[in-house]
Amino acid sequence: MLDQFPIQQVIHQDGHITDEKYKEKISIDKTKDLYYKMLRARLLDKKCVNLQRQGRIGTYVPYEGQEAAQIGSACALDEGDWMFPTYRDHAATLTFGFSMRNLLLNWRGRYEGNVPPEGIHIFPPGIPIASQLLHATGAAWAEKKHGTDRVSLVYFGDGATSEGDFHEALNFGSVFDTPTIFFNQNNGYAISVPMEKQMKSKTIAQKGLGYNIPSVRIDGNDVFAVYFATQEAVERARAGNGPTLIEAVTWRYGAHTTADDASMYRDQKESEIRRQTTDPLLRIERFLKAQSAWEEAWINELESSIMSEIETALEEMESYPDHEFAHLFDHVYDQPTWTIQDQVNEHLAIKRRQTQ
Amino acid sequence: MSTTDVKTKKLTMIEGVREAMRLMLKENDDILILGEDVGKNGGVFRATEGLYEEFGEDRVIDTPLAESGIIGNSIGLAVNGFRPIVEIQFLGFIYPAFNQLMTHATRLRQRSMGRYTVPLVVRAPYGVGVRAPEIHSDSVEGLFTHMPGIKVVVPSNAYDAKGLLISSLEDPDPVLFLEPLRCYRSSRTEVPDEKYYIDIGKSSVLKTGEDISVFTWGAMVQDTLKAVKELEKTRNISCEVIDLRTLYPLDKNTISSSVQKTGRAAIVHEAPATGGVSNDVISLINDTSFLYLRAPIQRVTGFDTPVPVYSLEQEYLPSAAKIQAAIERAVDF
Ligand SMILES: Cc1ncc(C[n+]2csc(CCOP(=O)(O)OP(=O)(O)O)c2C)c(N)n1
Repeated sequence: MLDQFPIQQVIHQDGHITDEKYKEKISIDKTKDLYYKMLRARLLDKKCVNLQRQGRIGTYVPYEGQEAAQIGSACALDEGDWMFPTYRDHAATLTFGFSMRNLLLNWRGRYEGNVPPEGIHIFPPGIPIASQLLHATGAAWAEKKHGTDRVSLVYFGDGATSEGDFHEALNFGSVFDTPTIFFNQNNGYAISVPMEKQMKSKTIAQKGLGYNIPSVRIDGNDVFAVYFATQEAVERARAGNGPTLIEAVTWRYGAHTTADDASMYRDQKESEIRRQTTDPLLRIERFLKAQSAWEEAWINELESSIMSEIETALEEMESYPDHEFAHLFDHVYDQPTWTIQDQVNEHLAIKRRQTQ
Repeated sequence: MSTTDVKTKKLTMIEGVREAMRLMLKENDDILILGEDVGKNGGVFRATEGLYEEFGEDRVIDTPLAESGIIGNSIGLAVNGFRPIVEIQFLGFIYPAFNQLMTHATRLRQRSMGRYTVPLVVRAPYGVGVRAPEIHSDSVEGLFTHMPGIKVVVPSNAYDAKGLLISSLEDPDPVLFLEPLRCYRSSRTEVPDEKYYIDIGKSSVLKTGEDISVFTWGAMVQDTLKAVKELEKTRNISCEVIDLRTLYPLDKNTISSSVQKTGRAAIVHEAPATGGVSNDVISLINDTSFLYLRAPIQRVTGFDTPVPVYSLEQEYLPSAAKIQAAIERAVDF
């Protein structure tokens, strides 16, 4: 299986292009744009880890190390397509148009943090593992029935492939030929459980074979490999040729969440080594340097504009009006049922008595 | 409804369900049916018979055998413009999809502050009565009334089935539509050919009475009516019988005004006692009508055991004798 699904690469970790055929497909402008998006995501992620430590947001789920996988794939989508993220995929949602303020509000425990801008189809992050894969096939199936060429892309981890919903979704996608991209980020661990304990299969891509779904295994830290593979899958879906399974092999540098201590189950030296070797941003830096297109002024300006964007979003998040207690009762049904209405009134009466 | 100007047919409950689906499939192209064996086979109970032929395989869809898959996909379809009707072959097989209902169908509206909504109807036959193997006969409506974000309805005859299903299919929120198996073909009622609604949240007073209010639903409706009529022959007791029809949200006004009139109440259901919907009816009466009560409220329910194999069903089901004893206990208190 490892032979059948070799890891496809476009840019080697030392920065050289692996095959001349890619040369014409890679412009400096596009490279810089992807780099900017990855840097934006990374700086935000680092900021969020700090905000959590300072108690300014709740438990946070970092994605550092997985920027290429998320951003390369998100960039292959067009407006009108559907994105189904997990709790770890905010680099993808940010890139696909989710607002930074709302993203921060999510980590502040606000429902606003699930709401994308009007017209952008991003589902609230999937929390129960793998359950969102079925919404992605359902929504894509709807697009097919509507007669559009829109597609859905769904993110999930290596651990998610053990859940029944993963298999049910691949089967539904396959049976009904839904325009869906099953985008797996294989970061090697499901919290503490390494891939070898999660499955006997050597790859995740091979699981697509069982459903007759075209599948590829790519270097998930190579933003162009991700971008091109996802583009190909999107084209296949748009052309009416059904789903694709993409296994993007990557690594999370940090812990599973800010409430997790990764050193309990793995040697964190591995992350340190990877920061120097396979890192997705470093790879592009090396590539641009090899092309003599890396300019200190450019990178400095990029960093400072991103930092000021983050500061602005943070201010907006922190000055966002407090939750009204009514939000607890809102949107449970289109019209509140009498039980909810009674409960609101009783709750209000007691609150009033307390403040009198 | 007067029968002089409205064309009606005498239908069984399952025909009422089918009529509602046919009418709505005709009227609204966004309505789809998804389920196991619902297409060519017309459903294992024949609820969708003829619909595949009439509306085609793109609208009456034989899905893979995967309940989570069916409801999960239907959530995606519902959010993206369709109104799926899911048939779960037996309520006892809805458990694989429990997660999709509890964490997604019922919550997407609130999680997305109204951006994504799930107008989905899940139909499921349930209850004892067809000598089915184990698990097929589960009566677990209380698992779903405990889920904020979904409504739970149970018709007991063709007329209610058609009107309630039509209302469910126009409801903006997910609805669990329970179909008591024993009612599928046990009787016929006059059903108008045209479209009409039975409002979700409205119970039906089947028989007025003065001494006690008896609340029930589903297949226990006919059993209760029979038991009550027998009792009224031998004892001078006048019973009001109310088919709740909707289990969430309960019909507060009808329940409370009936109890305030009679001063006594009994609740009859097939499901196990603990966690059963009877307990919510009792709470409602407690909250609205405590000082009107002249006797403790009676419950006649299944046991806190798994719904048993069919050879034990009659042992399990609330019997006429139990229903009568409960009523007498309250009246003689
Ligand atoms: C159904 C379910 N079971 C358990 C959990 C708790 N949980 C949260 S994340 C996680 C590991 C998921 O691993 P993977 O799918 O590889 O994704 P990753 O977190 O590595 O991105 C677990 C077990 C959950 N969210 N949902």
